[in-house]
Amino acid sequence: MPLLEVTNLVKHFTRKRGLFAPVSIVRAVDSVSFAIDEGEMFGLVGESGSGKTTTGRCILRLIEPTSGQVRLKGEDVLEFSRSRLRLARRDMQIVFQDPFSSLNPRMRVGTIVEEPLIIHRVGSARDRKARVAELFQLVGLDPTQLARYPHQFSGGQRQRIGLARALALNPSFIVADEPVSALDVSVQAQVINLLMDLQQRLKLTYLFIAHDLRLVRHICRRVAVMYLGKIVEMGETESIFAAPAHPYTRALLSAIPVPDPAAPRHRVVLDPASFEREAPLRQVGTNHLAAV
Amino acid sequence: MSDPRSSQFAVRSSPPSKSRDSSSSESRTANNEPRLLSVEHLTTGFDIKGRFIPAVIDVSFHIEAGETLCLVGESGSGKSLTALSIMRLVQSPGRIERGRLVFKGRDLRERPEREMQKIRGAEIALIFQEPMTALNPVFTIGNQIEETLRVHGRAGRRDAHQKAIELLDAVSVPEPQLRVRDYPHQLSGGLRQRALIAMSLACEPSLVIADEPTTALDVTIQAEILDLLRSLQKKMGLALLLITHDLGVVAEMADRVAVMYAGRIVEEAAVRDLFAAPSHPYTQGLLASIPGGAPGSRLRAIEGTVPPLGELPPGCSFTPRCPRRFEPCPKAHPGTTILRSDPGSRTTDPAPRTTDPGVVHSVKCYLYSDVVEPDVRDERPH
Repeated sequence: MPLLEVTNLVKHFTRKRGLFAPVSIVRAVDSVSFAIDEGEMFGLVGESGSGKTTTGRCILRLIEPTSGQVRLKGEDVLEFSRSRLRLARRDMQIVFQDPFSSLNPRMRVGTIVEEPLIIHRVGSARDRKARVAELFQLVGLDPTQLARYPHQFSGGQRQRIGLARALALNPSFIVADEPVSALDVSVQAQVINLLMDLQQRLKLTYLFIAHDLRLVRHICRRVAVMYLGKIVEMGETESIFAAPAHPYTRALLSAIPVPDPAAPRHRVVLDPASFEREAPLRQVGTNHLAAV
Repeated sequence: MSDPRSSQFAVRSSPPSKSRDSSSSESRTANNEPRLLSVEHLTTGFDIKGRFIPAVIDVSFHIEAGETLCLVGESGSGKSLTALSIMRLVQSPGRIERGRLVFKGRDLRERPEREMQKIRGAEIALIFQEPMTALNPVFTIGNQIEETLRVHGRAGRRDAHQKAIELLDAVSVPEPQLRVRDYPHQLSGGLRQRALIAMSLACEPSLVIADEPTTALDVTIQAEILDLLRSLQKKMGLALLLITHDLGVVAEMADRVAVMYAGRIVEEAAVRDLFAAPSHPYTQGLLASIPGGAPGSRLRAIEGTVPPLGELPPGCSFTPRCPRRFEPCPKAHPGTTILRSDPGSRTTDPAPRTTDPGVVHSVKCYLYSDVVEPDVRDERPH
């Protein structure tokens, strides 16, 4: 049984352009289904506006989805009452993209990491302090810096703080929403290595949301490609990179700048007329689905 | 190469140019033509609490017409401040401490501000990273392009509108006659960046400085913008100073590359030489940290972080993070070592992107020679 199973997840945003204007519906997430195995790092890629972040937040019910099912360890998260959801949140956490806006600038970093433990009433004050120090060590930070404020840390260190906070309650599932996009190249690699280490050591399962396809290819065994709210291709990362079946995936892959000046460039431009928007996913290879 | 530290390399120490003579060797090509832009020993920094803190340190490079030079580095490496220095847009408490900015044979630092205003936009244009902040939200993009044209006397009130439409068309904005009336918020990120490019090209500048022009954009849009810049460059013969942190973009766009770390250019080379034989340990680390290799394997990260301004370690700034540091590194910053001055030969490149004889592969690292950086920063109080 997969750890997380998302079935026909839908999120519609309604918006009105004026007082008497008709309500228009934005189908941000349009019937998305996928499953993540325990201990897996599953990639979700797409461009801004494709609905990948909304999907991640709907899974955690940070945004209430319009309809669908999200099963974590077999239980439907969307059916949970508020109190049950609060309990479930211990098991599923999120690491945000921007380490500058996701940490409260007025709180000491030790308190930021401790806060989830306080909210969930875990342990005594002394236990919590010990746990925070342990978490700092786990993510490669110096526990003597607990009393500092976020602005005293670099971007990479802040992202480690965000990760320590997410790990405080020993979750089994983490949504990592573009966790390294805001970081410098040389620091990105440090944080990615940390995510992979923790995956091994703590048997974590990740939904890794990203737009950097090179990175996803490196760290995710399986990946789903989103375009305008729908998954257009999904399967083993290697087979998708080797033989992208959907026109959008082909355009996306061809647009990645290759760090080799001698590499030939074959830009594929997306022709929206070349595919059917409503086409269902179907098998195009072993462990490889595409909406073509 | 058995021992990289052997003295088989030609060594050039680079004393700061004290002369005010515009015809110094650096601002001219081999056949004595003035270079389009030659930045010489530029040091820019900030006056903070009575202390001058340099953020761009003794930076020298040049660009020829039609050429693309990529300035690569992490945030805080000084690449954007270098661009602002060239435009003379450094705001207090920042200031240019020393150096020459020779553009078409004349030092921009010696021009009066009124003359600079004519050069900005008309001869040197700047494209910013975030088009939303570079465009004025309360004017249509047409207004803003027309303003540029009128201010620089390139068009009168009547034909400015027509010219704006033509410019939007030239940067492949669909339905330019309608889009010209749009406000910035009505455009997508990619279209906004195109509008900004149209504006920067309005007066047909000979040098365009693009500061991370595609960082805020999706990869497919980025690809379109890069293609556009390339084709405009070919059509108009303009020189492009492209500032980026993405080595993929560098590989696609650059003729030559200058790698910046903590305010200094630590390595410079023709693009193929740089990727084929990165020489500075920082450049090697940057290239190695690109995801690749066996899926799931650990990435080769550079340990540590970029030192903050004003807290540069003694000696070579990269020493604390360098896997190949040895005993001279923390003593003084290394000077420039010329590794080779025949571009492309190392890679037996069938079609070298540049044939400029002035292109060299140079590096600042004690692995290659024991040249020490000439002391030009002694005004820093300790």
